[in-house]
Amino acid sequence: MIDQPQPVLEAIDIVKELGSGAGKVRAVKGASLALVPGELTLLMGPSGSGKTTLLSILGCILSSTSGSLRVAGTETSNLDSEELADLRRKHMGFIFQSYNLFPTLTALENVRIALDVRGQKGFAASNRCEEVLRDVGLAHRLRSYPGNLSGGEQQRVAVARAIASSPSIVLADEPTAALDGENGHAVMALLARIAKEQKRSVLAVTHDPRTLSYADRVVRIEDGRIVGEERRPDGLDAPEIADLTKRRKAHG
Amino acid sequence: MILTLAFRNLFHDRIRLAVTLIGILFSIVLVAVQLGLYLGASKMITSNIDHANADLWITVYGAKSFEDGGMLLTSRERHQALATPGVKAVIPLIVRFAEWRKPEGGSTRVVLVGTDAEDGGLEPFDLVEGSWEDIKAPEAIAVDRTYFNELGIKGVGDTAQIANGRVRIRAVTDGVRSFTQSPYAYTTLNRARALFGDGDGTTFYLVQTVPGADVKQVQQDLVNRLEGAEVLTKEEFRDRSLKQWLFRTGAGVALIGGALLGILVGTVIVAQTLYSSTKDHLGEFATLRALGSSSGYIYKVILAQAGISAIVGYILGISIALIILVLSHNTALPMVMTPALAFWLFTLTVGMCAISALSAIMKVTKIDPAVVFNK
Repeated sequence: MIDQPQPVLEAIDIVKELGSGAGKVRAVKGASLALVPGELTLLMGPSGSGKTTLLSILGCILSSTSGSLRVAGTETSNLDSEELADLRRKHMGFIFQSYNLFPTLTALENVRIALDVRGQKGFAASNRCEEVLRDVGLAHRLRSYPGNLSGGEQQRVAVARAIASSPSIVLADEPTAALDGENGHAVMALLARIAKEQKRSVLAVTHDPRTLSYADRVVRIEDGRIVGEERRPDGLDAPEIADLTKRRKAHG
Repeated sequence: MILTLAFRNLFHDRIRLAVTLIGILFSIVLVAVQLGLYLGASKMITSNIDHANADLWITVYGAKSFEDGGMLLTSRERHQALATPGVKAVIPLIVRFAEWRKPEGGSTRVVLVGTDAEDGGLEPFDLVEGSWEDIKAPEAIAVDRTYFNELGIKGVGDTAQIANGRVRIRAVTDGVRSFTQSPYAYTTLNRARALFGDGDGTTFYLVQTVPGADVKQVQQDLVNRLEGAEVLTKEEFRDRSLKQWLFRTGAGVALIGGALLGILVGTVIVAQTLYSSTKDHLGEFATLRALGSSSGYIYKVILAQAGISAIVGYILGISIALIILVLSHNTALPMVMTPALAFWLFTLTVGMCAISALSAIMKVTKIDPAVVFNK
């Protein structure tokens, strides 16, 4: 019998209302989701389905209107903004669609700042940053500024920044949206490797079908609701899981 | 990394940095010059009082300042003072405005100071030519070289007319300026009396107390004995002279007002540029917040930006202020810079920049880290 790993993030019946009065919109309508170590999960859905809002809530950046979110065993509903920031600092790494690198800092400094906000300074931190940048294939770009890097390289710096502090959860928002096919595959392969080799929970919000082949699990969201979840069966390769997803959808 | 990020944020936009530094520089120079002139004026006003060897000053009632001592005291007050316990010496000093008639024609006003150095009261200071012995010679007088042109003379040996008599330049001081713009002219007590025809009248009595005497008690005893005269400590007389020339004339208010204006302008410029810099980097601060940084970390980045601006702006500003200080050395109103003023200006610059950072910090406080997903 195989032990089921404990979830590091568990969201139960999350509801998020945006706006107020007549303009109030329910963006997430009772979504439940758990992330376990060693798994790359894709959260897929059409534009406006609430996937980025849900990602913001799971990342403790946005508070839910109702529902429960536990991160590393801590219930987040009663935490203030500083406590939520502390939780992000301790357990999460983020990758953004537009990379969100600091244009005035080098690749190495962009990664170092993620450790600096965590109080990790000095040579040890610097060495760690160089190590992760080498790990993502940017050993030759340590002192390059974002403006001198390609989109793929910038996203790899962002990945390095997200994993430098060894967080248990990595959350990525459309990590391949701004990348061409080759770079998109490279970044997804990197995320899959991080999940597998470093036993982290990686959740990527995407509507890019190219990413399916790297997923251990695909969670579908539509109109603020989780409408389906497919797990890659053992031995099934990427095109097969993509096909399976298509067929399941066609049959309702 | 806080300093690195702050430094890069600042130097990334060099035009804005230049505006910030010019704002600080302008502010520092203006405040330094205004306060430097204030100190210079204060030094001029009180220099004779500071150089006089006196614990107490006896003046006629209502004397306004060193230059404006009012009616003359008589030898009666001197004898009464000498009979007061704790008094060691009572030294007469004459200070009066007088008409100086230039050798080539025309006239100007001087403040004639009559004093006998051997009495140990006040002797001409900062002499660069001649000595007190030279001033004791017939008709001798000492003036400051700054005022040669104004007095219509070229140096030692030249003559002029003061009040009732002829005087000859026998000694020259350097840097003894007059706030009233009427140059000080030093001579002996008897010659001053002779020039004015005042008999044994005197403007002030400088009181020296015996060692160990309670100056306040001696002051009170003198007040009780001397009707129609005032007895002031050195500090009280300094304050009164400063009040007269700096505040009753409005000169000091103008200088301090100018300094305050400099602080205000500097604060507004720095606040404006820091705010716009923060606004431009809001996305980056939101990213920092999303990465889990505390609010304090972001505040430190903004304060570091303010601090770097303050240090660079101060170095530039104080350098220019020092150049102005040197240039003003030979003018009628030289600027003064003391280590205390330089330190105070640095504190002021840092404080001004920290206050300026408040608007930027308030802007950052409202950051919603969720904007990182909307880019």
